[in-house]
Amino acid sequence: MKKTLFDKVWDSHVVKTIENGPQVLYIDKHLIHEVTSPQAFKELEVRGIPVFRPDHIVATADHNTPTIDQHLPVKDELSRKQLEQLSQNCKKHNITLYELGHKYNGIVHVMAPELGITQPGMTIVCGDSHTSTHGAFGTIAFGIGTSQVAQVFASQCLLLRKPKSLRVNVNGQLKKGVLPKDVILYIISQLGTNSGTGYFCEYAGDVFENMSMEGRMTVCNMSIEMGARGGMIAPDETTFEYIKGRPFAPKDAEFETKKAYWKSLRSDQDAQFDKEYHFSAEDIEPMLTYGTNPGMGIKISENIPVENNASFKKALDYMNFNAGDSLIDKPINYVFIGSCTNSRIEDFRVAANYIKGKQKAENVTAWLVPGSKQVEAQIIEEGLKDIFDDAGFELRQPGCSACLAMNDDKIPQNEYCVSTSNRNFEGRQGQGSRTILASPLMAAATAVEGKIIDITKHLN
Amino acid sequence: MEKFTTLISHAVPLDIENIDTDQIIPARFLKATDRTGFGDNVFRDWRFTKEGDLNTSFPLNNPEYSGHILVAGDNFGCGSSREHAAWALADYGFKVVVSSFFADIFKGNALNNGILPIQVSEGFLRTLLDQIHQNPKLRLKVDLEPQTIGIEGSDEIAEFDIDPYKKTCLINGYDDIEYLLSLKDEIEAFEVQKNYL
Ligand code: SF4
Repeated sequence: MKKTLFDKVWDSHVVKTIENGPQVLYIDKHLIHEVTSPQAFKELEVRGIPVFRPDHIVATADHNTPTIDQHLPVKDELSRKQLEQLSQNCKKHNITLYELGHKYNGIVHVMAPELGITQPGMTIVCGDSHTSTHGAFGTIAFGIGTSQVAQVFASQCLLLRKPKSLRVNVNGQLKKGVLPKDVILYIISQLGTNSGTGYFCEYAGDVFENMSMEGRMTVCNMSIEMGARGGMIAPDETTFEYIKGRPFAPKDAEFETKKAYWKSLRSDQDAQFDKEYHFSAEDIEPMLTYGTNPGMGIKISENIPVENNASFKKALDYMNFNAGDSLIDKPINYVFIGSCTNSRIEDFRVAANYIKGKQKAENVTAWLVPGSKQVEAQIIEEGLKDIFDDAGFELRQPGCSACLAMNDDKIPQNEYCVSTSNRNFEGRQGQGSRTILASPLMAAATAVEGKIIDITKHLN
Repeated sequence: MEKFTTLISHAVPLDIENIDTDQIIPARFLKATDRTGFGDNVFRDWRFTKEGDLNTSFPLNNPEYSGHILVAGDNFGCGSSREHAAWALADYGFKVVVSSFFADIFKGNALNNGILPIQVSEGFLRTLLDQIHQNPKLRLKVDLEPQTIGIEGSDEIAEFDIDPYKKTCLINGYDDIEYLLSLKDEIEAFEVQKNYL
């Protein structure tokens, strides 16, 4: 039987198959954070169950943390309690925690890959839907609910039905100004937000082969936005090079042994997928969303489509946009560069490269929020912070921040925000806020111009 | 977990597509460390106006509608994996959600909390929504054993699919943890075989 990459990793983690039922899947790494774990810890306590494999768990504080003055006690009482609870739970159960201020602290999906915790062929779960990010390493990684967090605590396993397989191929040469974020926004705009439901996606083709690990993570991150539980890319030399030397990566001989295995992790030629799509790179342009789900996206050269459907109209009403309009020249007062989609060093390099020698527009409040302490340190080390400072930008401390606006980083009512995050749902960035998803390049350009521009006309 | 076998109830129509879990329970209410009390804030930003007043045009606030069944538009529960969405719906009193399509993670979370997600055809969903709009006092009948949902006293009945394992769990009130714990020896043997420890 020809196997897909997904089959290979999945099948090697099946402990047992229940007749007429789900399979028992072994989980290699369980990542946790403060928001979706407390109720799971409580459940264990109530039932008197210990954590089965604490050394397979890594915790971080990210969703509900402030992005300024992290050295001070957290002001919001509920947030502080939630963070304290995480610390207590981890201590009690012997779980490694990178709490606020720790040099390894960061957004869970930025922190684990950069520490070398994420490795090809693993199964990784987290109580967060963007766990799909780790699929960039040829990993089966997906988000779970809190009841499942408790199940993994208790048994290091989950009961699951094997999803169907989907492959998205993109081949060709990307145009100037088109970033990995545009590629995934384009795919979702073409396929819709539920095309992947019930499937696990593999991304294949030379566009992904030529992408950096940061870019691959951006793509896999948003798999959930087309409904897929996860997305993965076959590991290759780019992957191995990225992992090598990271704090928790295998070393020396062990690395070589692992690498030999990792190389086998690719879909067999002629492996069958339940669904397959093909796109050409040349068709992709810088993308923007205009509505209230990530599938409502257009190319920068396109106008908002005209559709006669109540949900579509509701979305445009919320955004205060008109069908048929272009987004170019729309004044924008808020820009957010951050989130587990686009807060890695490469994203800040792209932004800095554009911003260098320019000034932030007066009307714009721009938040640059690194994905981790390590990214923050690198931004300073590479001199990018100086560029941001000179241009009038504010570099904040790491965390999820305005991606979900659980902390104080909220976009005010009715304001537009060009954001590098992954969700433009109603109120996602603060009650009544209006999100336009875009790449870090588009976000940087918006911040400088104070309005949306056609970036392709500004690149030489 | 509570057992589920049959339910006869009025239903609340929510004729909106792509309802994401951020709408079901906005992020600012996720700071709690317990599972209880989320029902107060279910659909918070749709139930209340920006000024904090009750939005009377929202179906959940319409006194005509009541019951333990939510009938919602296509692709219900997409977005964030927050189980708080399922807790909020359960806490508010919903035991069944009907839609023509559910997002994966929400579906799993619902089942793990004793909420039955019932996927029906788009046509049948339309029928249900239209009929409830016309007559808010009609009742729906859900029968898990034969896997049917219908309008009480009419021949509008549809069958639905459910994973046989999950069906057994719901009918008996079992949850996955107990089962997984019973497999401990097999899991340990797997770890040894895979050289995990
Ligand atoms: S950055 Fe946003 S999407 Fe990513 S983990 Fe944090 S809240 Fe979730």
